[in-house]
Amino acid sequence: MNLTRISEFFVQAVMFGVPLLYGAVGEILTEKVGHLNLGIPGIMYVGGISGIIGGYFWETYGNPNNTVMCILCSLLSALAGSALMAFVYAFLTITLRANQNVTGLVLTTFGLGLGSYLGSALAGLLGTDTTISLNATSAAYKKLFWVDIKLFGSVFVSFGFLTLLAIVIAITASFVLQKTRVGLNLRAVGESPATADAAGINVIRYKYAGTVIGGAIAGLGGLYYVMDFIGGSWSNGGFDDRGWLAVALVIFAIWRPKLAIPGSILFGGLYILYSFIPNLPRSSQEIFKVFPYLVTIIVLILTSVRKKKENLPPASLGLPYFREDR
Amino acid sequence: MEERVPAVELKGVCKRFGRIVANNNVNMSMYRGEILAVLGENGSGKTTLMNMISGIYFPDEGEVFVDGREVSIRSPKDAYELGIGMIHQHYKLVEIFSAAENIVLGVDADGRFDLKSETVRIRSICEKFGFSIDLSKKIYEMSVSEKQTVEIVKALYKGAEILILDEPTAVLTPQETKKLFSVLRAMKADGKCVVIITHKLNEVMEISDRVAVLRKGESVGSVETAETDMNALTQMMVGKQVILNIERPAPNNSVDRLFVKDLTCLNPEGFKVVDNVSFTAKSGEILGIAGIAGSGQRELLESIAGLQKIHAGEILYTNPSNGQTENLRNKTPMQIRNLGVRLSFVPEDRLGMGLVGNMDIIDNMMLRSYRKGKGVFLQRKPPKTLAERIIEELEVVTPDAKTPVRRLSGGNVQKVLVGREIASAPKVLMVAYPVRGLDINSSYMIYGLLNEQKRNGTCVIFVGEDLDVLLALCDRIVVLADGKVSGLVDARSATKDEIGLLMTKHGGSEEDEQ
Repeated sequence: MNLTRISEFFVQAVMFGVPLLYGAVGEILTEKVGHLNLGIPGIMYVGGISGIIGGYFWETYGNPNNTVMCILCSLLSALAGSALMAFVYAFLTITLRANQNVTGLVLTTFGLGLGSYLGSALAGLLGTDTTISLNATSAAYKKLFWVDIKLFGSVFVSFGFLTLLAIVIAITASFVLQKTRVGLNLRAVGESPATADAAGINVIRYKYAGTVIGGAIAGLGGLYYVMDFIGGSWSNGGFDDRGWLAVALVIFAIWRPKLAIPGSILFGGLYILYSFIPNLPRSSQEIFKVFPYLVTIIVLILTSVRKKKENLPPASLGLPYFREDR
Repeated sequence: MEERVPAVELKGVCKRFGRIVANNNVNMSMYRGEILAVLGENGSGKTTLMNMISGIYFPDEGEVFVDGREVSIRSPKDAYELGIGMIHQHYKLVEIFSAAENIVLGVDADGRFDLKSETVRIRSICEKFGFSIDLSKKIYEMSVSEKQTVEIVKALYKGAEILILDEPTAVLTPQETKKLFSVLRAMKADGKCVVIITHKLNEVMEISDRVAVLRKGESVGSVETAETDMNALTQMMVGKQVILNIERPAPNNSVDRLFVKDLTCLNPEGFKVVDNVSFTAKSGEILGIAGIAGSGQRELLESIAGLQKIHAGEILYTNPSNGQTENLRNKTPMQIRNLGVRLSFVPEDRLGMGLVGNMDIIDNMMLRSYRKGKGVFLQRKPPKTLAERIIEELEVVTPDAKTPVRRLSGGNVQKVLVGREIASAPKVLMVAYPVRGLDINSSYMIYGLLNEQKRNGTCVIFVGEDLDVLLALCDRIVVLADGKVSGLVDARSATKDEIGLLMTKHGGSEEDEQ
């Protein structure tokens, strides 16, 4: 394998990893306030279609040459769509104290259905029954703040701003969680809400903030996928199992946003490895898709054996909180 | 003296949980520079009342005054702003945080977060009241007493002037209790208002200036500690005269029932937790087992019940129905149970073993009888009758038999557990810490139940921590030290000092079994 091939592999691994990174960081924030949101795949899917809808309306009724507005419309639309989904989850699990697993799974099913419905409806509006493509918006995403990275002396690779944003968000999230008072309070809510409450922290507000902001961040993963990864088009179900990979990545990164960055590249690399192995029969390709889950299982085994408290999920993950409960 | 303005005053406070009335029309006041003991039996509403002052619960009715001003405490944050801090019985600490992180948690300090400068402030508080803690130590690495210290420092750091401690001595050793009391006195001298919730009368007499008594959720009144005594307080608390003597009937028709021979058990790390233990337990007597916590009591009882893997030795059981001797070592727990050997172990958290918190009392009774009944259907009637009998006879405070046991207060949970095991008319009854955390009335009720079993010819093995109780209740006492039998004494003639010495006799030689 020559250098070009290696750097190509790296670029594709990163590109595949970015949506996972968004999803994982969003899920980490959610889990750090004690909520296991299995609706992440659905939220990311809805984030993607929302971005498409926002971009479509600006390209159709606005000026497609205005790159800033192209991005702003689709970005805000994606954030709003995914945040709304996360809000539904938050309301059900925080205020109504519904079972988190059930709510999350329902949200995923709902999100996938809703996304596909909207995707089909939009295709109907366009008059084409097949695919939507937003060339201007997609190009805007690829060109804004893009950077060239020189790899191995000769090869240039470029990443769009959503890639950079993912890394910035992950690092910021790590910093906030570990170094700030807000982060300390937030972690306390997920570890022991009763303790946080007795310490005068507004548990409900932190829980809402964590789940809704987490959902919005995850939604950006969907946006990256539709705008940057596949270049401004939509096909129902194209998002595949990236949402579940993101949830697995949370465990792989042992609830640390910073570790999710190399983790996402590793997951991406494992997932696309098959296309870089020459003469691989079609039937063997699918087996490669289980590798990210396999390494997650290995991480689970390792953390269970070591039992270091800091590497375990937040202590109150999945448990509803009600102050006057006996 | 009556001119002082109370730091906190409660007027006609009520709190209900569904149909359970936890507090009804409670009036109470607490003053600065005073230690007030809130005394009451289990389930008398002490904790609920204090939770209303600290903002965990909101009263359904009644008024709360702080420094003479009517206040509405809607959250723990409100309570802190009024200078009220509470140290809960189950510590509210984040396990994976360090002591310092726990202490500063939730404090609004103009958005900045500088653990180092906060540490200086925490240190000065520690010096003032004589605490010594390692602020960078994680909570999960700490002992119970250290955790409690963190809780107290946390409350002081947040500026608490009124400090409420819920059963602070329940899990402390006598030395740690002494240290805590000296800290509480220092706070009192500093002009703080200290409230301790307890049901231990000797502590009330030792530490408090005034006692407020609750009975069945209502305030009975308050007295100056100097003007009262234990008997008067008991009477206020229970509402009737309780004889503070444990009865000990003479053993009757005693025959050897259980032989433990050279028993050795290993823990998962391969250390001997029970080391070459031998003793004989007789029918119609109560055999006490004394020892420092963790000396192998639990493993010993579990190996008799068939729950622990036996490394060496054997356990022989003489079946009274046919006189045959059976070796329990080769039997499953179910077979051992069917022979009439019953274990009622009250672990540190009472729900951990024996009862299922989310199930109601009837269903918990059924855990022991689910194999009875025809076909695949459960027999619901007998467990229901049993549950109702236990509720009535042991005076379990519950709305009905269909209440999940986790909603009952600790003492009541224990009554349900012990009551169920006794109800099966066992031949060998093993109880461990059956009165842990129980108030006087309930404790005596349990002692009475054990004596009743003894009269019926049951072989009772009683693992306890209170030497006074062991000496008053048991016939013989086996003393364990480091998994070995360090002595076997006659409870009628032995002294506390003698047993205390045996308990600490490490690697002690075995004395004659007599």
